[in-house]
Amino acid sequence: MGVEGIGARVARKEDKRFLMGQGKYTDDMFVPGMRYAAFVRSPHAHAKIRSIDTSAAEEMPGVIGVLNGKQMLDDGIGNLICGWMIHSKDGSPMKMGAWRPLAHDTVRYVGDAVAVVVADTMGEARDGAEAVVVDYDVLPAVTDAVKALGTGQPQLHPEAPGNLIYDWEIGDGAATDAAIAAAAHVTEMKIVNNRLAPNPMEPRAALGIYDSAEDHYTCYTTSQNPHVARLVMSAFYNVAPENKLRVIAPDVGGGFGSKIYIYPEEIVCLWASKRTGVPVKWTSDRTEAFLTDAHGRDHVSTVKMAFDANNRVTALKVDTIANFGAYMSLFSSAVPTYLYATLLSGQYNFPAIHANVRAVYTNTVAVDAYRGAGRPEATYLLERTMETAARELGVSPAELRRINFIRSFPHQTPVIMNYDAGDYEASLEAAMAAADWAGFPARKAEAAGRGMKRGIGMSCYIEACGIAPSAAVGSLGAGVGLWESAEVRVNAVGTVEVLTGSHSHGQGHETTFAQLVADRFGVPLDSVSIVHGDTDKVQMGMGTYGSRSGAVGMSAVVKALDKVEAKAKKIAAHLMEADESDIVIENGALKVAGTDKSVPWFQMALAAYTAHNLPSGMEPGLKEGAFYDPANFTFPAGCYIAEVEIDPETGKTKIVQFVAADDFGNIINPMIVEGQVHGGIAQGIGQALLEGVHYDPETGQLLTASYMDYTMPRADDLPSFQVSHQVTPCPNNPLGIKGCGEAGAIGSPPALMNAITDAIGNNDLTMPATPQKVWAAARAATN
Amino acid sequence: MAKVAMTVNGRKVSKECEDRTLLVHFLRDTLSLTGTHVGCDTSQCGACVVHMDGKAVKSCSMLAAQAAGSDILTIEGLAANGELHPVQAAFKANHGLQCGFCTPGMVMTAVDMINRYGAKLDEQTVRENLEGNICRCTGYHNIVKAILAAAEEMGAAGRQAAE
Repeated sequence: MGVEGIGARVARKEDKRFLMGQGKYTDDMFVPGMRYAAFVRSPHAHAKIRSIDTSAAEEMPGVIGVLNGKQMLDDGIGNLICGWMIHSKDGSPMKMGAWRPLAHDTVRYVGDAVAVVVADTMGEARDGAEAVVVDYDVLPAVTDAVKALGTGQPQLHPEAPGNLIYDWEIGDGAATDAAIAAAAHVTEMKIVNNRLAPNPMEPRAALGIYDSAEDHYTCYTTSQNPHVARLVMSAFYNVAPENKLRVIAPDVGGGFGSKIYIYPEEIVCLWASKRTGVPVKWTSDRTEAFLTDAHGRDHVSTVKMAFDANNRVTALKVDTIANFGAYMSLFSSAVPTYLYATLLSGQYNFPAIHANVRAVYTNTVAVDAYRGAGRPEATYLLERTMETAARELGVSPAELRRINFIRSFPHQTPVIMNYDAGDYEASLEAAMAAADWAGFPARKAEAAGRGMKRGIGMSCYIEACGIAPSAAVGSLGAGVGLWESAEVRVNAVGTVEVLTGSHSHGQGHETTFAQLVADRFGVPLDSVSIVHGDTDKVQMGMGTYGSRSGAVGMSAVVKALDKVEAKAKKIAAHLMEADESDIVIENGALKVAGTDKSVPWFQMALAAYTAHNLPSGMEPGLKEGAFYDPANFTFPAGCYIAEVEIDPETGKTKIVQFVAADDFGNIINPMIVEGQVHGGIAQGIGQALLEGVHYDPETGQLLTASYMDYTMPRADDLPSFQVSHQVTPCPNNPLGIKGCGEAGAIGSPPALMNAITDAIGNNDLTMPATPQKVWAAARAATN
Repeated sequence: MAKVAMTVNGRKVSKECEDRTLLVHFLRDTLSLTGTHVGCDTSQCGACVVHMDGKAVKSCSMLAAQAAGSDILTIEGLAANGELHPVQAAFKANHGLQCGFCTPGMVMTAVDMINRYGAKLDEQTVRENLEGNICRCTGYHNIVKAILAAAEEMGAAGRQAAE
């Protein structure tokens, strides 16, 4: 692997600028003439807009424009869309209500934008927004998805009677019901997956710049996928044709899914720039982020898991209600369907599965993919149920899982997915050894001596990553293909630029993608630059989410490197009068195998560009592009173990140890992969112990709209983590990579909840397991 | 409007700003020192931490006018002659950053923490002292490692200098 190649623990190339305060995030952009936007947002969860009076705001100091939704409609700006069509089980298409970038008729959640004020300073824009008078006719609101499906509830969209977006199913209902009827034991649970706010530390921002001479727009934005943003803003929102719209996602401070989507604010900034004739920048504050960034999770499910007399699962039946909020966000429809129900087989050989999913409108902000996206919900449901079943059956949790593990591959599940490779036992054993599972009873007894309740819990997760084969997702309703592109440019002096459609917002692509080049050509890592995040520089790309940049983005780079290597060898063979099949690349030189003849890499590159002596008919230059469309999803899997100690006096949970054993296939940079796991686990622990979005059920006011109310995991809430890797290479991509970005957030919540319920002896506990809830549950168990 | 003068990263500056301008916006918008970030509205996240007269402060929690006459050090002023400060170097060596947004505040907090505790820092103390800085990417694991490594190195360097 060399010191900089594949598998090397290389420190990151991008770190220096971040460490010196030289990162360039969207809010760091200042352009001549730039003004500031502030949004007027609905204070009501549901209301008709009677009128908007902007006259006072227009007279405020510094205000240069106050714009509203009617003007936007007049200018032909389109509705926001959801890009994945789901059909209900009756064959009808999902019921999508209109989502205007600026509401002009009805507001449907607290924070819904109704007008924008553009002013000389941020303070003046906010003062202006305060002075806009909106007359609302307040309507009843509903925030709970189960309640919203009931009769007599407020109706959000005329397109969706009963607030039902779709009623979808997957699997064999009859076979599942028959197996449950014949089962030796059935474990039944109600599972609530709590609603979360993604909270990347950089709030969203957008800078719209309209050039009237060229009729051209530039948009700086906090996006995980700038090309998709340009496509959607062109094709659906009618902002500008693609060739007249440049989207740049510069340094982006975390995303976790919430920056995939195209939000009203970037559309409004572009449009407002043309309307006002000045560049317009908007930067979200944290409360605005809580109010308007797409949330995650928010499922309520019932589950039945059926067993035969040998403790083998014979069927799984799931019914899920998913809260979608007030509008259908870009990929929202895919999350509780193809990213959730297709993973309900877990690591297990289940003969029959049936899942029914209802998606529901409520008067809350939109819900879409958040780190893991559907797969954490599936894993939490399965692994809490598996643990509960083990307790009911009197089998050890490890044994029950072992009995049901899939052990031969490929494995076709009853819910679409075809697992290509894995060794679930290996991760289970590695995790149990690292956690000293066998020594737990002694530790529990010791803790009991101190008056503490100690518990241990595990979770065996699987996820589908590397999204996704374009034809397959197209057949399931996706509006886009999910390939990735790359271009490799070798300059005349031998330095290399890689242009990728993947987007790095913390993942370290500037290092790991460069490692592929260093590994292949033996050139120094410093001579390789990664270019991403700008639609004017990079060919079309699909961006970064779903742990796809390694499995899909890097595979595209590998394809382009293959082409570069083939041409480089042809040139070198010609220069050395050798057969191209004898050329090998080693340590930055092209050599004739078995001889002392060699040409340095830079000299070959120079020859490609001088073109004085190339093989007959060869084009000058050395630049190759590739599009890579994956053949299958990838299937990272692993086992997580949490051990906790609970103080029965306070209900406070202390995580004594946390172990992760993951199989991500081959690994490019273990340091970066471990970092991804750490961060994912922290978010999973946050979900299990601390985090939860709360709306007032009557008024629809967001009660958790700041870091004073929404509990983010802090350093003293968390332990250090023990992380290890087991490797079964993915057979379906050239690097054997599976992906690692979401595993931590997927595997950790059930491990922790299994540990806490083990400690207190009460299984009736929902996330987040706050001290108050744990204290009450522990007391209920002893009384 | 107010005229505010202070020393920032060793340079004397004097600029006009709105009376209500927070120190963080004075640094970012008026002085173009955009390394100091704003991650929340409630002085919880610590992305805006700078040093004022040698002590860590949250620059979102004070007016620029309150910093008049003081000596401010921001993340841009920490490295000397392009060489990373030992804390910056330790963050890089230990992968203590991912998206980089919380990083300036984390580094400035860490420098302050090491100034206060020296090489006596242990994991629990580091975690407790990071209470006012939120990171969403790293799970803090490698930030804690980086601060402990830097504390050890700076302690060793301090001992060498003393000998």
